[in-house]
Amino acid sequence: MPVMDHPPAIRTDQLTRTYRLPRKRWGKSPPADGPAAFTALDGVTLEVRPGELFGLLGPNGAGKTTLIKILTTLLAPSSGTARVDGLDVVREADAIRPRINMVSGGESSGYGVLNVRENLWLFARIYGVSTRTAYDRIGAMLDVVGLADKATARVSHLSTGQRQKMNFCRGFITDPKILFLDEPTLGLDVTSARAIRGFVREWMAERPERTLLLTTHYMAEADELCDRLAIIDRGKVLACDTPANLKKRVQKHTIFELSLAPGRNGWADLGKLPGVHQSTANETPTTVEVKVLLEEEPVIGSVVQKLVTSGGHILSLKKVEPTLEDVFIELVGHGLGGDKPADRPSGGGP
Amino acid sequence: MPSSLRLFVDAARARTYPRVAWLFRSRTWIFQETLLPVLGVAAFAYSYRAMQAPEAYTGLVVLGAAMTTFWMNVLWGMGAALYWERDAGNLELYVMSPAPLMGILTGMALGGMTTTLVRAATITVAGVLLFNVPLQPTSWWALAGVFLLTLTALYGLGMMFASVFLRWGREAWHLVNLFQEPVYLLTGTNFPVSAIFPKAVAVVASAIPLTAGMDAMRQVLFHTPGIFPVWQEALLLAVLSVVFLLLARRLLRNLERRAKEEGKLTIRWQ
Repeated sequence: MPVMDHPPAIRTDQLTRTYRLPRKRWGKSPPADGPAAFTALDGVTLEVRPGELFGLLGPNGAGKTTLIKILTTLLAPSSGTARVDGLDVVREADAIRPRINMVSGGESSGYGVLNVRENLWLFARIYGVSTRTAYDRIGAMLDVVGLADKATARVSHLSTGQRQKMNFCRGFITDPKILFLDEPTLGLDVTSARAIRGFVREWMAERPERTLLLTTHYMAEADELCDRLAIIDRGKVLACDTPANLKKRVQKHTIFELSLAPGRNGWADLGKLPGVHQSTANETPTTVEVKVLLEEEPVIGSVVQKLVTSGGHILSLKKVEPTLEDVFIELVGHGLGGDKPADRPSGGGP
Repeated sequence: MPSSLRLFVDAARARTYPRVAWLFRSRTWIFQETLLPVLGVAAFAYSYRAMQAPEAYTGLVVLGAAMTTFWMNVLWGMGAALYWERDAGNLELYVMSPAPLMGILTGMALGGMTTTLVRAATITVAGVLLFNVPLQPTSWWALAGVFLLTLTALYGLGMMFASVFLRWGREAWHLVNLFQEPVYLLTGTNFPVSAIFPKAVAVVASAIPLTAGMDAMRQVLFHTPGIFPVWQEALLLAVLSVVFLLLARRLLRNLERRAKEEGKLTIRWQ
């Protein structure tokens, strides 16, 4: 849960990053009418509270990776400011680095000649983690990702998924205060991805001061894990709120679906109840499927009471939520896997 | 949080490890990288014998072959080190970590030195035994001192190259290729520089640490005439070491700054 009475873990203010596009190289010039620069981030203002699991959702080329590279001190902003744990990413990068770590889903870092344990040890040592502590944490993390039996296997002999799991471990063995996970479950099998999500939740719950910034293409993952989300497209933040509040944006009414036993027992009059915006029904030989749009969620109590007092038999009741994908499409104009707008380059960077 | 010095040492030790592990885990190098240089030594050794040159000349060739392995490692191992680290996706992890990049680079240098030392020692032992090279050093301590100073200066130069290679990429590689043969000539791999070149050329060539280092070691081992006295060459190597290491540090800082501004030097984008 977020810690409210501390300064933000991450704060960006009008953060902009522009890349100069190459003008001339070895006598070859780009088209004269081509743009001279590409704006990857355009005035991004965000605040992530300590203890928060914050998500960034956006299509390819939205600026997510650029934002993470700036926050991890790898890139300088073109304008605006970014602070991590209260420290400026440009002027105080050296003080930020011991407090953070980053894992990218697609990364293939490490040394093929070393085994899994040795690789993780190496990347723990450059953070000053002692060998004994590193080995303890490596053992625990390899158990989490199901890679314990590969601890002494050479990295060059690992599959892509196993290598990705190893790199996931790398992010945690330094016990960072603020962790950046860029598509951590990309390409992993369902069981591994679930184990990783479970571990991320446990890791966050262990210490309330830990903060995690996650980018993911998986809407369900973002919905399941994140306390709050920012939807980013073309370098701009389009919305930032809790998953529940974001979903409320695209739906003014709460929707419930009820399945009733056949018969005309009260459901025809549901639309007249106070707080019920609309009621529709579909009769089949075996059930009556009723959908009610409520102005407020508690009104469902009146609906159930009306049906029960009228002699209706409720077989099932479920709340139908709009998904984050609905929110995303509403804000961005297309889904994550959808067509890219024609006037911008694809990919995460220059 | 560990001190900067502690982090430097930890980072250097950690980064040394993969290179040393490679030495033991990829043993085919012993055939590729010692047998061929020994054959090269044989060609020159037999030529000198056919010309009835002094026995010490065979020693010059053996020493030249051994020290050339360090030069090759500095050029291609150290020079391309950051370049390969970026392509493997490791460089951004190093830049993002609290470890100083000079510590990482020092680790690469120590790892390179260790592996090349084994290679050079194998060539030396094989050469000395095969060609009965007479070894009568004036002082083993002087030899060890000059050797260590030569390595420090050479790898300091290599650490400089690492930043230059990353900045200039293929252009730097072409430049090194272009200078490779002239540098072999100027360092006197298979002959004593001072006996062949005019003094002025030899003095200029001694700015290359391999030239000064080999010349000093040959004076100590085989009593050949040198460009400068041994102590002066040792002093020159010490100065070159300091200059190269300071320049390497400066270049590395510049590189990191430019990388952050341009966004493409140290980061391998997905």
